Amino acid sequence: MSDSQQDYSQLNNSEPRSKSSTIDLVNKNLAKRYRAEKRFRFLGLASIGFGLLCLVFLFTDIIGKGHSAFFQTYVQLEVTFDADRLDITDLTDENQLAMADYQGVLKAALRERFPDIKSRKDKRDLYKVVSSGGGFELRKMLEADASLLGSTQMLWVLADDDIDTYVKSRGDNIDDAFTGRLSKKKQEVVEVLIADGAVEKKFNAHFFAAGDSREPELAGIKGAIMGSLYTLLVTFSLSFPIGIAAAIYLEKYARKNKFTEFIEVNINNLAAVPSIIFGLLGLAIFINFFSMPRSVPLLGGLVLALMTLPTIIISSRAAIKAVPPSIEEAAMGIGASKMQVILHHVLPLAMPGMLTGAIIGMAQALGETAPLLMIGMVAFIVDVPGGITDPSTVLPVQIFLWADSPERAFVERTSAAIMVLLGFLIVMNTFAVWLRKRLERRW
Amino acid sequence: MIEQPISGPTVGHPLVDNAKMSMRDVNVFYGDKQAIFGVDLDIAENQVIAMIGPSGCGKSTFLRSLNRMNDTIDICRVEGTLKLDGQDIYDPKLDVVPLRARVGMVFQKPNPFPKSIYDNVAYGARIHGLVSRRTELDEIVETSLQKAGLWNEVKDRLDEPGTGLSGGQQQRLCIARTIAVSPEVILMDEPCSALDPIATAKIEELIAELSENYTIAIVTHSMQQAARVSHRTAYFHLGKLVEVNETEKVFTNPDHELTEAYITGRFG
Ligand SMILES: Nc1ncnc2c1ncn2[C@@H]1O[C@H](COP(=O)(O)OP(=O)(O)O)[C@@H](O)[C@H]1O
Ligand SMILES: [Mg+2]
Repeated sequence: MSDSQQDYSQLNNSEPRSKSSTIDLVNKNLAKRYRAEKRFRFLGLASIGFGLLCLVFLFTDIIGKGHSAFFQTYVQLEVTFDADRLDITDLTDENQLAMADYQGVLKAALRERFPDIKSRKDKRDLYKVVSSGGGFELRKMLEADASLLGSTQMLWVLADDDIDTYVKSRGDNIDDAFTGRLSKKKQEVVEVLIADGAVEKKFNAHFFAAGDSREPELAGIKGAIMGSLYTLLVTFSLSFPIGIAAAIYLEKYARKNKFTEFIEVNINNLAAVPSIIFGLLGLAIFINFFSMPRSVPLLGGLVLALMTLPTIIISSRAAIKAVPPSIEEAAMGIGASKMQVILHHVLPLAMPGMLTGAIIGMAQALGETAPLLMIGMVAFIVDVPGGITDPSTVLPVQIFLWADSPERAFVERTSAAIMVLLGFLIVMNTFAVWLRKRLERRW
Repeated sequence: MIEQPISGPTVGHPLVDNAKMSMRDVNVFYGDKQAIFGVDLDIAENQVIAMIGPSGCGKSTFLRSLNRMNDTIDICRVEGTLKLDGQDIYDPKLDVVPLRARVGMVFQKPNPFPKSIYDNVAYGARIHGLVSRRTELDEIVETSLQKAGLWNEVKDRLDEPGTGLSGGQQQRLCIARTIAVSPEVILMDEPCSALDPIATAKIEELIAELSENYTIAIVTHSMQQAARVSHRTAYFHLGKLVEVNETEKVFTNPDHELTEAYITGRFG
């Protein structure tokens, strides 16, 4: 850039020269200018390349670690739905169904499968091959089909996370296996099962259908997804209308004076405030002052609405500013009132920009962790929330919680949860782009 | 540029008997800066008055104060008496919405709404609640487009975007949109400056036709245009109204030397 500027000034300042020498000078500098231009372009290309490289690295790492979480190890067992052992006399009795000892039935099936294991210690190891939640499946089956009671079925039963880790790390080569806490006895049992073809990795539907759990094989992401959705719902329905109303007022109604200037500066300041401060604000105002319950999406949504509001106001104002004044003049020139000008012309034309800003704000809110930690959304919550007042957690906090857990199985779940979060972000951003295109394409 | 002190009142005949709008001692300020100095002018009913003058002399400013478009500029202040049919249009009790329906405006750059051709023309009628049935609205759209000389060109594609028309068609669409609310006065601020000669000729023809039923004030930088379309011509210079006369007189035998200097192209 500076090269070419120099050239021009040289040309301008110089005494009138003969035509050929001016052309010579231009030609001489031309090569230099082209080189500078090439360097400039290369610099841009290199930056993009670097960015892409980082992205590829990130994705390979996360997908490499997390993809295995989408599959879970099951063991095949011959299970007898023994009415006595289950202690069920009447299948219509909810209570009996709930209290039945399904895990006992699984234990019996394991004992039958490995009759040689006799000592108490070894048996305890044996029982731990299946997940402590593996029996829930049996209950569901019984509820669906009463005739199963008393019958014997070949079933795939959810394996314990240690077994899962072992099987996944083992692959086809027994020497690669990660044994960790796995005792010799358990390894033997698993090897026997593998040799029999009674161990299989199946799609982990449970991961998308359950809430959090202390047992990695039972832990799912649905609680966090629903929590995030409810939180974003609250955030959006508060910050979008408020943000647009504020932007319209500031752009179209507020007179330019010291007070509006002050407000403007502070909106920009708010956009730069670290998000954890909003968490503290929420803690002080909503929990301590208004005594709202902790850990609920309503509260999280309020705090995140405060946080995204400046972003939405700023982008909405930019969108409103970008509406050509000639359109507004045209409407006013035939007698539209100010409100009609805004509702009929400014808002429709500014809407794509506003929505884009709002969705970017929502994406920001979706990935936010710090303020939610301050208002107790970091709690361990097993149930999938059913509304904005149910205790819940959100995706990034779930990632934070799992990343903190020592079990190997939680490591892959952490990466899987990151993939889900990134997936949502990509979907939201794509939606923003699509929406903008669609709304703009009208004319 | 000839720097000549402009002193004394407006020469010629700024006042008429059959005034549709009459302005007395109008001063317009942008903040501390004065843009219009003590203008007295009448606009005669069903006539075209052209406003000419070097750029920056306040033609647009004056025109925009005739339907209070200047209200939208925060720092702009209008003083003096401006009357439409004897009624003060700056009366604080007066609502600008009906005023702007009576005094419509066509702008320099064609500015159709990013809506269909139909909706562009129908917009004014809709917001003012002029019609209750769709057929009436259809009729308004058709007659307005016909008056604007655009009907034959667009009748088959009324639901296509107005922004897809050519520049000249867009400007005629804007005129149709203005006509659709049946204004009494139409203000035009250099309506042809963004158009090619053929489109300009069409608009000029249209202005001549419209002047039978409407009172028109047109700002133009083209003296030929002023000469072709207007009955009276007002010459502005540095915010002052220098001369108002019959158009023919202004262009053949102006009373003021500044006017003469301008029309003979000595500055502009
Ligand atoms: N919105 C505005 N704010 C401040 N000054 C303005 C504004 N619009 C016009 N002016 C000033 O008023 C004077 C007259 O402008 P204008 O009416 O646009 O002239 P014309 O239309 O004759 O070219 C100019 O000096 C211009 O700088
Ligand atoms: Mg102008």
